[in-house]
Amino acid sequence: MSTPSPSPAPTPSPLSSVAAPGPTLLGRIGSLGPLLGLLALMLVATALNPDFLSVSNLTNILTRAAFTGIIAVGMTFVIISGGIDLSVGSLAALIAGGMILVMNALVPGLGAGWGTVLVGMAFALTLGAVAGFLHGFIITRGRIEAFIVTLGTLGIFRAVLTYLSQGGAISLDLGVSDRYSPVFYGSLLGVPIPILVFALVALVGGLILNRTRYGRYVQAIGSNEQVARYAAINVGGVKIATYVLLGVCVAIATTLYVPRLGSASPSTGLLWELEAIAAVIIGGTALKGGHGRIWGTVVGAILLVTIENVLNLTNIISVYLNAAVQGVVIILVAFFQRGGRK
Amino acid sequence: MTGQGVTAPPDWITFENVSKSFGPVEVLRDVSFGIRRGEVHALLGENGAGKSTLMKMLGGYHAPSSGQVWLDGQPVHFRSSRDAEAEGIVLIHQEFNLAEDLTVAQNIYLGHEPGGLLIDDAAMRRGAAEALARLSITLDPRTLVRHLSVPQKQLVEIAKALSRQARVLIMDEPTATLTLHETNTLLGLIRQLRDSGVTVLYISHKLDEVGQIADRVTVLRDGRYVTTRDAADLSQQQMANLMVGRELEDMFPPRLSPQPQERLRVTGLNVPGWSRDLSFGVRAGEVLGFAGLVGSGRTESFEGLFGLRPHTVGSVTVDGQPRRIRNPSDAARAGLVYLSEDRKGKGLLVDFALTPNLTLMTLEVYAKPLLDVQAEKTAMIRAAEEHHIRSGRLDVTASALSGGNQQKLALARILERHPDVIVLDEPTRGVDVGAKREIYHLIHGLAAAGKAVIVISSELPELLGLCHRLLIMHGGRLVGNLSGAELTEHEVIQYVTGLKRDDPAQITRDPQEPPYVHA
Repeated sequence: MSTPSPSPAPTPSPLSSVAAPGPTLLGRIGSLGPLLGLLALMLVATALNPDFLSVSNLTNILTRAAFTGIIAVGMTFVIISGGIDLSVGSLAALIAGGMILVMNALVPGLGAGWGTVLVGMAFALTLGAVAGFLHGFIITRGRIEAFIVTLGTLGIFRAVLTYLSQGGAISLDLGVSDRYSPVFYGSLLGVPIPILVFALVALVGGLILNRTRYGRYVQAIGSNEQVARYAAINVGGVKIATYVLLGVCVAIATTLYVPRLGSASPSTGLLWELEAIAAVIIGGTALKGGHGRIWGTVVGAILLVTIENVLNLTNIISVYLNAAVQGVVIILVAFFQRGGRK
Repeated sequence: MTGQGVTAPPDWITFENVSKSFGPVEVLRDVSFGIRRGEVHALLGENGAGKSTLMKMLGGYHAPSSGQVWLDGQPVHFRSSRDAEAEGIVLIHQEFNLAEDLTVAQNIYLGHEPGGLLIDDAAMRRGAAEALARLSITLDPRTLVRHLSVPQKQLVEIAKALSRQARVLIMDEPTATLTLHETNTLLGLIRQLRDSGVTVLYISHKLDEVGQIADRVTVLRDGRYVTTRDAADLSQQQMANLMVGRELEDMFPPRLSPQPQERLRVTGLNVPGWSRDLSFGVRAGEVLGFAGLVGSGRTESFEGLFGLRPHTVGSVTVDGQPRRIRNPSDAARAGLVYLSEDRKGKGLLVDFALTPNLTLMTLEVYAKPLLDVQAEKTAMIRAAEEHHIRSGRLDVTASALSGGNQQKLALARILERHPDVIVLDEPTRGVDVGAKREIYHLIHGLAAAGKAVIVISSELPELLGLCHRLLIMHGGRLVGNLSGAELTEHEVIQYVTGLKRDDPAQITRDPQEPPYVHA
């Protein structure tokens, strides 16, 4: 037989396109899927009812999307790192109830001014961060599945709120409520505060995820936790921080929400966890972790609210079927995104 | 063709001008030879010679890029391993294909469960018990595979293959994880199978086993066919020469003398369940090898040292400074880095692009505080040049690289930290010969730059060619410390297999005392 040549280093051709399959057309479309879906929906809605494109209606959509959207931004980090948090709706209820009780208690001493509102907000942010830290700590140090831990706290948080409210509603002191209401109803340069806060949270979230060490670590851990560990990354710390971040996002959303309702009850924030997770998934973040994007999550949150809005404005499909239409959209988006990843 | 002699029976399986490429890397080129019915045919070759690829072709996992495989005069077109199994060809992988949470019986019948709508559990247990008895294995078919030892799993794999009426059994390094006794049992079993008419294709690096068990031997080198001979006509030395060819001489760069100062000293390292009371030191410019069988505790000891496993340690001294290492970050700060043997599981983020893989351990350099993506890219271009990482484009994911280039990328990452002590665990596993040579030269380049390099490897020729000194582990303890003229395959094997052990004081001797002898 032929004698093999003794060339020591068989050099593979340096420029080969075989090893570098570019994204397929379907994949490209898939990755833009949520945005295209949203635009298509808006076109249809405008055709059916020109009022859809009115500034007041669009503002209304964005304001409503802000609550779950802000939570979904935090949820994006948790999901990319390979975790999940089912308790965010219950946590929102507990934070709402807690901060109202704190503010009401402060009225005799501090009065119904901005001081009281700010202390209430600080309390809300602290409670959110502490709850997130507890989640992260139990999940990483106790080595319990995130699904199980947060399924547990989903029950616990809401039960504590129900106990505090004795099954009814905890109402905010009327004086404080007046002072507080601009946080929801106010606007800056014509843009409602909740939308501004949503945009800010999304912007900061995107920056953290894509342009900081921490964001890179979150993605690395979700992609392969062992690799991250062997690459000297503090896996436990990074994971705990994702839950703290989410807890803070829940608190921010809640502080925007409280002045709207003026009270907290056992049904506050019900099913928000599912809406937040749905927004993240519709946005193209992999449920198994590893990669995801904030802008997708933002689009996902807006898309979910838009569906409900369109059903309200038109009467082709009953608004009672809202959840069904959302469900179909979630499955459709997931279907189109299959091509986008391996 | 290859059948020699006038009376030689015809070939039953024939490889005809078979080639295979993965992307830009050609793994097999123009391989032609034949296998006779009912023989034990050994495939020899170094890692990356293409043995596994060739066998996976026969097992239905790959299709040849060109050329043809013939079985009993018929061209073979397997689209999956199921097709191959239907023809009675079963490949037993290096990594087992067993479902850990199912029982032995359920695994043996996986995909072929007896019964109709409901599974006939009793028939399955009976059949499994028979299959096991045929191999003289005493194992309860109801045991969960999770609870089996590695050799037991191996036996279950064989029982599973036989229960599917295997006519051809392909075994890829079946004894890599077995003890000597278990190996002998397995070899006996293979003889028994051959006598009952099963054709066995046997891939192994262990030449003594091949001499004992094989009827014929085919040697591959660098993806090309070298020769097929009767095993009885070949000595182990001849086999080794055929495998290695002439290239090995310039595979390893010349060894420069280590410097006198010690860069790392470890005393009293214990990793529960794996190793006890390890003490050793490594000097600047030294390449220190860790030899031992799989399971002798080498990997686990270093994972312990780096804080990746529970461990206790007497002291760790880096460049004369006592250090406490609780996790890999502490180690990296102390100038110690570790490259895992498990490249895909613990080394690279295969779904990530090359650049974030490279900079994963040095992101603080690029954080200002936002990451400077452009600087990261520049670093990637520099590293690709420096370490000869060959990729058509740099924006592909790490999974698109060949094994050798993946390994060079993984190496580049840890070297980005400019470490002083570098621990490389199986640095050339699954890497082609060219990349292997580059990695060897890289290792000696690091040593020449005054770094201390520790190499854990299961390939003895690699350790002998690369290292100034070898520490040998057996059963979780250091049993030998060889250097200079003691560095021979014969000598090391005796320690590795536990036939010989030095007195502990001799092993942990201060490397400064006896001067090294270098070839």
